[in-house]
Amino acid sequence: MRAPEPASAEPIIVMEHVEKWYGTFKALYDINLAVLKGERIVLCGPSGSGKSTLIRCINHLETYEKGEIRVDGVLLGNRTVAIDAVRREVGMVFQQFNLFPHMTILQNCTLAPMRSLGLKKAAAEDRARRLLDRVKVLEQAEKYPAQLSGGQQQRVAIARALCMQPKVMLFDEPTSALDPEMVKEVLDTMIGLAEDGMTMICVTHEMGFARQVADRVIFMAGGAIVEEAPPQEFFTAPSHERTKKFLGEILP
Amino acid sequence: MDYKLDFSPVIAGMPSLLLGCLGTLTLAICGMALGMLIGVGGVFLRDSSFKPFRWLVIGFVEIIRNTPFLVQIFFIYFALPFAGIRLNPTPTAIVALGVNGGAYAIEIIRGGINSIARGQTEAGLALGLHKAEVFRFIILKPALRAIFPSLTSQFILLTLSTSIASAISAYELTSVSQRIESESFRSFEVYFTDTFFYLIISWMIMRLFALISARLLSYPVK
Repeated sequence: MRAPEPASAEPIIVMEHVEKWYGTFKALYDINLAVLKGERIVLCGPSGSGKSTLIRCINHLETYEKGEIRVDGVLLGNRTVAIDAVRREVGMVFQQFNLFPHMTILQNCTLAPMRSLGLKKAAAEDRARRLLDRVKVLEQAEKYPAQLSGGQQQRVAIARALCMQPKVMLFDEPTSALDPEMVKEVLDTMIGLAEDGMTMICVTHEMGFARQVADRVIFMAGGAIVEEAPPQEFFTAPSHERTKKFLGEILP
Repeated sequence: MDYKLDFSPVIAGMPSLLLGCLGTLTLAICGMALGMLIGVGGVFLRDSSFKPFRWLVIGFVEIIRNTPFLVQIFFIYFALPFAGIRLNPTPTAIVALGVNGGAYAIEIIRGGINSIARGQTEAGLALGLHKAEVFRFIILKPALRAIFPSLTSQFILLTLSTSIASAISAYELTSVSQRIESESFRSFEVYFTDTFFYLIISWMIMRLFALISARLLSYPVK
């Protein structure tokens, strides 16, 4: 069931020598990463290894002190215009869903397309309903987030991000806050997205997902990229001690 | 105890007492509106990246919260004319109430905003919304909902503080009561009625806030 579409040779995200400090604590060490269009990347590693920090730099939810990040050719500096342009192209799904509690599911999905893409209400609602249908929560469209299960909320969060028609999707531990029985429905949604050719970077501990859809698995520790390899190689023949130790701890 | 109750001066003065109630309500509602404006604006300045604005707001809040309201009214009414700012009693009272209520509202509203999880802001920013849009569409309503009980009690307090405006003879319930009392010497009857009217006014304001909360700020929560 591996996705057939090959990744194109054109990088859509380029990170060069990115470094980040929190005060005196160095959170990212010389990150170099090129993500190709259509590529599916799984980022894993022990907690505190900088995985979330790395992907949060891509849409500038975190600042960084050194290096360059380009998204679809746009250099992400500190200019508001560039940051806005990048954020419109990059969707993000959070561990805690972060749906807006005072809006219906439909309103959650139409707010940003109407405000930042200038879509008319009818067009935004059409798009939202189509995508809610795709993640199989269309019948909940008029409800409020608190009335949905965790799995449903996370699927709405995915649909909400897709409503911006992003070129890249970032997933920050999307299943970590879910009850076990709801993990599969969210992973299935993500697998469907991968099969449709979406460029994805997923921070996750779901190694089954990594095996199934990732083109590349990246292992981070202590704020640095330690090892990257296609899943087959990553799981069967990891080259670094830290990777072996990590895999030994999380694989059954 | 052979004091005989005599409400006739109160009854005779009822039209002016009711007008006084109206004056009190006007002061309270205008004061709240101004207080809300100062509160929201103050929060923006307080958390802006331009440091002098922050210091200005912090200084303002500290001064207002650590001085008596009566002195603040006197300052505006008696001292500001020397700086060329001369206001009539009613506008003076409204400004004083608004400034005083606003200083407290700044702290209450900030608390509400800080109580909204950081993830909400991040989700909005990640969707390409600007900071101001995030505040207006994502933060404001849940924050107002969170602070509504404390905002209600602060504004009830503001409503009751309107009585202090009688010190500069603003037209409101207590100054009317004082006049009737000084003409009739029926202190018990006059202030009994005065108290009763304040209870009703407070209750009305409370109902108004409950209505606003139910109509505008309710949504299902876990």
